[in-house]
Amino acid sequence: MTDGSVLGLITTRYAYLVVVFVATVGLYMMIANQNLVKKLIGLNMFQTGIFLFFITSAYVVDGSSAIVPADGAGGPFASPLPQVIVLTAIVVGVSLTAVGLALIIRLYAEYGTLRADALREVIADE
Amino acid sequence: MSDVFLPLLVAIPIVLSVVPLIAGLRYERAGWPIAFVGSITVTAIAGYVAVTIASSGRLIHALGNYPQPYGIELVGDELSALVALLIAIVSLAVLLYARTAGPRGNAFYSGYLLLTGGLFGVALTGDMFNLFVFLEITSLVTYALVASDRTSGKAAYAAFKYVFLGTVGASMYLLGVGYLYVATGTLNMRDLQEAIASVGYGDPIVQAAFGFILVGFAIKVALFPLHTWQPDAYTYAPDSVSAYISALVSTASAYALIRITYGVFTQSFLEANDLIVTAILVVASVSIVVGSLLALMQTEVKRMFAYSSVAQFGMIVAAIGLANETALFGAILHLLGHGLIKAGLFMAAGVLATAYGARTVTDYAGLSRRSPYAVGGMTLAGIALIGLPPSIGFLGKWFMALGAVEAGAWGVAAVIFASTMLTLAYVFRLVEMLYFRSPSAARTDESAAVEVPDASTDGVAAPDGGSIDRVTVAQVAIVVSIGITVIALGFSWELFADYLDPVLGRFFA
Repeated sequence: MTDGSVLGLITTRYAYLVVVFVATVGLYMMIANQNLVKKLIGLNMFQTGIFLFFITSAYVVDGSSAIVPADGAGGPFASPLPQVIVLTAIVVGVSLTAVGLALIIRLYAEYGTLRADALREVIADE
Repeated sequence: MSDVFLPLLVAIPIVLSVVPLIAGLRYERAGWPIAFVGSITVTAIAGYVAVTIASSGRLIHALGNYPQPYGIELVGDELSALVALLIAIVSLAVLLYARTAGPRGNAFYSGYLLLTGGLFGVALTGDMFNLFVFLEITSLVTYALVASDRTSGKAAYAAFKYVFLGTVGASMYLLGVGYLYVATGTLNMRDLQEAIASVGYGDPIVQAAFGFILVGFAIKVALFPLHTWQPDAYTYAPDSVSAYISALVSTASAYALIRITYGVFTQSFLEANDLIVTAILVVASVSIVVGSLLALMQTEVKRMFAYSSVAQFGMIVAAIGLANETALFGAILHLLGHGLIKAGLFMAAGVLATAYGARTVTDYAGLSRRSPYAVGGMTLAGIALIGLPPSIGFLGKWFMALGAVEAGAWGVAAVIFASTMLTLAYVFRLVEMLYFRSPSAARTDESAAVEVPDASTDGVAAPDGGSIDRVTVAQVAIVVSIGITVIALGFSWELFADYLDPVLGRFFA
């Protein structure tokens, strides 16, 4: 563990800062952008931030991928479990994007707009 | 060997879910029989599993025979068996109801089976990440089912909102799981219980993990102020889907919250973190009061039931925060009872809407004379929702309030009491309309009211008004039998107490 200064944080924990940055940008984009497709991209980015967090947690200094020979030699290995988890989570994320895009197509066919504020107005008038 | 039935409960519906779509290429009406066979099979298995667990204790199945704690395991204990039984029974009831009520088409039955499988997965899994996967299977299908009414753009918009909030909730949960994994290096629930204890309950990572998981589930069970997706989704979804998701989807999430709070973090964690407990109790209490008030203000019946769910889940979460055996017993009873009650209420609302085009409270005037059985079933379920004895709703609320008093949380007890009064107000407004108003009297009321009645819906309702349209005896029979069941279960608390004793013993060791 290094010292708790800001410089120490930036030089040794930069991966976590990137994670927080990506997730926050995604969350902000999801809330602030009025375009439905961009909202969905924001949601994806938020999830990507979380996936990166898992990947970062699997990092081992000088670790190689966990392909263990019969005699058990080699190593140190990077932890394979978070990587498997992220693979599964990516699949979930892809399905989610598909459902989200399908709904956007439905909404566009129905109301002819991709903007959330316009959509809210039309639905309120209905 | 009976533990092999646990994976079957999850696998049968999920595998079967592809069949309606494939068979649908050739046989147009293949969906319902396939879903029915699947549903009957899993109901039988869920019943058998529940009986087996009662006699021989909890069942643990290691998937693929991977050694524990590395592999994923399915755990069936008394609590998950009851939830699985609820899922099986409500699914079957909804399927029978949906046969004539729709939505039609094989895609619906595929979604239905996938949702059933996902819900069983949530109820049975013993692995934190696997729980995330099942929660997402459940949610994804729910989004699609909410939007399955092709005539309504509002349903698609409701589903779209649900996609965002639901996914943020699931992602929060996933982040919490990530924190737990970083702190302990394991994801198996039974293993985590000891691992968290050895890391320490005051550890910031563990606290943050619980915080993220809690917020995630607060979105999923629709606690105020994170409930905004829920009223639209329940209101604009087709009636069968409203009944299904209001009864089971949030219920499964609340079950998972109970499982994680007591099976993973344990009661000692709550005792060591006063601030977290206070936060849970405050948010849940606000949710109870605001949910009840909003329900009282609604004119649309389905929306009223939706806000009522916000209040009921607030109560369940409050009872989880109280951290004593009585309150948790009440929460479990209320969880099961609320599932049945809401299924019955939404189906009854569906019957009345199909038959008479009645969707608002004023439309309900005098319907008891035209449809006595469906209205009777709705009234019985309403009584159980208020919590009048004898009913399952009474038992749940009674034990939760008793638990609040035992814990010295008088505020929570008062809130539960106040919410019961408000529930009485909105349910009796409905009952009064149904039984004691003649249709013409209500009509003059309606025109006198400040709110101008929507001309377009009036026009649709009038031609339907006279005759019963597309409502079958089976639909009404299901509503009535749910009404009778929720009242009859009011005499059953000793049965539940005996059955749940081992699992409560493990949670409050």
